[in-house]
Amino acid sequence: MTSQEKNWKEISPAGVCWKSSIQFLTGDWKTYTPVRDLEKCTRCLLCVLFCPDGAIHWKPEKGDIEFDLNFCKGCGICANECPVNAIEMRLE
Amino acid sequence: MFSEWKFTAKEIAEKPDLFLSGHRACAGCAPATVLRLIMKAVRGPTIVTNATGCMEVVSSIYPYTSWAVPWIHTAFENAAANASGIESALKILKKKGKIKHEHVDVIALAGDGGTYDIGIQALSGAVERGHDFLYVLYDNEAYMNTGIQRSGGTPFGASTTTSPAGTVIPGKLQNKKPIADIMVAHEIPYVATASPFYWRDLITKARKGIEVDGPAFLHVFAPCPRGWRSDPAKSIELSRLAVETCIFPLWEAINGEYQLSTPSKVLALAPQKKKPVREYLKLQGRFRHLFTPKFEKLTEEIQRITDERWQRLLRKCGMT
Amino acid sequence: MQSVIKQEILALNGDEAVALAVKQSDVDVVAAYPITPQTIMVERFSEYVANGEVETEFVCTESEHSALTACLTASVTGARAFTASASAGLALMHEILFVTSGCRAPVVMAIANRALSAPLNIHCDHSDTMAQRDSGWIQIYVENAQEAYDSVIQAFKIAENPKVLLPVIVGLDGFTLSHTLENVKVLPDNIVRKFIGTRQLPFVMTHEGKRALFKLDPENSMSMGPIALQNYYFEFKRQQEEAMKNALEVIPQVNEEYAQISGRHYGDGLLEPYHLEDAEIATVCLGSTAGTVKTVVDELRSEGVKAGLLRLRTFRPLPVEGIIRYLQKVKAVGIMDRSMSFGGHGGPAFHEIRHTLYDIQNRPYIVNYIYGLGGRDTSPSQIHRIYENLQKIVRTDHVEHLINYVGLRE
Repeated sequence: MTSQEKNWKEISPAGVCWKSSIQFLTGDWKTYTPVRDLEKCTRCLLCVLFCPDGAIHWKPEKGDIEFDLNFCKGCGICANECPVNAIEMRLE
Repeated sequence: MFSEWKFTAKEIAEKPDLFLSGHRACAGCAPATVLRLIMKAVRGPTIVTNATGCMEVVSSIYPYTSWAVPWIHTAFENAAANASGIESALKILKKKGKIKHEHVDVIALAGDGGTYDIGIQALSGAVERGHDFLYVLYDNEAYMNTGIQRSGGTPFGASTTTSPAGTVIPGKLQNKKPIADIMVAHEIPYVATASPFYWRDLITKARKGIEVDGPAFLHVFAPCPRGWRSDPAKSIELSRLAVETCIFPLWEAINGEYQLSTPSKVLALAPQKKKPVREYLKLQGRFRHLFTPKFEKLTEEIQRITDERWQRLLRKCGMT
Repeated sequence: MQSVIKQEILALNGDEAVALAVKQSDVDVVAAYPITPQTIMVERFSEYVANGEVETEFVCTESEHSALTACLTASVTGARAFTASASAGLALMHEILFVTSGCRAPVVMAIANRALSAPLNIHCDHSDTMAQRDSGWIQIYVENAQEAYDSVIQAFKIAENPKVLLPVIVGLDGFTLSHTLENVKVLPDNIVRKFIGTRQLPFVMTHEGKRALFKLDPENSMSMGPIALQNYYFEFKRQQEEAMKNALEVIPQVNEEYAQISGRHYGDGLLEPYHLEDAEIATVCLGSTAGTVKTVVDELRSEGVKAGLLRLRTFRPLPVEGIIRYLQKVKAVGIMDRSMSFGGHGGPAFHEIRHTLYDIQNRPYIVNYIYGLGGRDTSPSQIHRIYENLQKIVRTDHVEHLINYVGLRE
């Protein structure tokens, strides 16, 4: 228990949650990291849809996708499902 | 009955996640993908309730939450009763002018244990009463949260920690309960099955379930690499193979009328495209014993069960 | 100071009195499942619904487990919610009782107290609610149908007080109260509504650090009922204990405010003393038995015996200070338990009151009388014998039997 954890008088009742899990990084779970071949990638966005961790973002302003390695757990679903084999899982 | 909502992958990708990153699901967890996609189908103010289970636990470890919508968990067997209370409260508070939203959608989420087994009473009661809510069963075919024990949703032949494949008994000896058919028998307006590989079909069905007046039931196939002893990278592939082998056909029953959804309809029209179940089974450690000489015959039994169920479904869909 | 409101007198049984109180309390959601001897409550209430006399969503659930679940989630969605049950029904709710108090949902529930199976028995004792002692619910036991009516109204005001925010059980003895007609003074609808007021919701902090109403509200993405592990669970439990302590202050306040409009009060809302000022011997009891005991006390007093009674109206939170104050000068106290704690050292009320009095100097003799299980009748003569027994203890300075069974064939 850290000193940052609040005492019983300070926390909201009944375990009402007060922090979004986007503050809880899961990126250090991974063994393999997705590496994308920018030439091959067609920006079909299937990887964005299938990622269980919401760790691949479509950036409309760039017209491209971005991996958020802070959340990627290295499962490899993106690589497995990529229709053009543009993603490779590499040992970190 | 339903809006004509059409969408592209880009539009879905641009919709903000309501089931957020930072949840603690295992790598390759298809139920997490399923929830992300279902939450993309939300049309407006929504309250979500969750039965106890993997998805509840991984998304609400205090003080963190992965829910960008109001969300509540109370217990294991009562997701549908949670929804009943929320929906009833919204209805009367709206009538009394105590809430301003024109309409608030209610979604209940539960796993196979919370649906097939311990939650079926509350579910049956809630849909009989006609509450307006969407119930989503994310089916990973065992009690994964407690350590892979068999449930009424576990298929024949699967090895789990309470139906282990031994030297004498080859895993679970009973068939998977036809839960979606049981829900159709409740004469509710909308029942459907879905699988995350067919993401467009899944999101469309979730939206239909939200839109329909009265109870809707969506049965989503959700591979679990931890419990199925499968490669985490292959979770979505397995959700495709289950459909292609007709182990988990995709269909809808609108007001009790069955109709096959496109991915399964293709197989009904061109049966030669239907894959043998072995292609699906061999990717999973929970069926490993079925590929040993002693129990090999059982894969034929699984093929037989699958074919029989598929034929029965085709008859219901008027496709024979 | 408000003046007492003129009230209509109706002939109602306890269940009907509860249903009427719920009708007048502007309840948003009632979810319930039928069980003897609670059924009249839900039957009457569904008649109000059928005749358009209430603006309430009435949810006839498929089990008590779902009934309480629906009340819990309706409550945290911002509704005022009520349910009713008894015996096995309450036992089936067991799991959700803890969830309701843990979620700080101010649900009110009437219980027509009834024995637990096996063997099956539909008649009164307190086994059902006593088994839920530690579930985090406030527990009020009433003496008659009038008090059942009054207590249900009070219960909403107690439960919803932001300093409390706990669910409340109002227990009325099955059949003895639930099914017996009495004259009940009834307040006008508008007075009851004004007394309870609208459902109060405290403010809490959201994920974004915003102040928000404590409810499931699309305006604020609040998560409720999370998993709280070793690092937080304990803190939430401590909060519940504090809420119970606050209830010790709020219950007497509500009792007093209610007395001002109704002219009726029940002791201080926690304890009702009867001839205890100079009492040498006294009993402690809960529920309708107090009526019989009071008659016996009157008779004993007329004979010059310094007998008294302490009616424990609120069992949770336990009014420790009051119990000490009222009983510290008594020489022998008989605790009457209408339930058993098998293998324990006497019944639950005995455990608690004896423990409460442990620290006082010159504590009285404290003995236990277990009575009335499964609806077994308890007669005035049996209560007389209890007081005789207490007199003998005082006279001889000796307790022959610490735990006694009243009306049991031995």
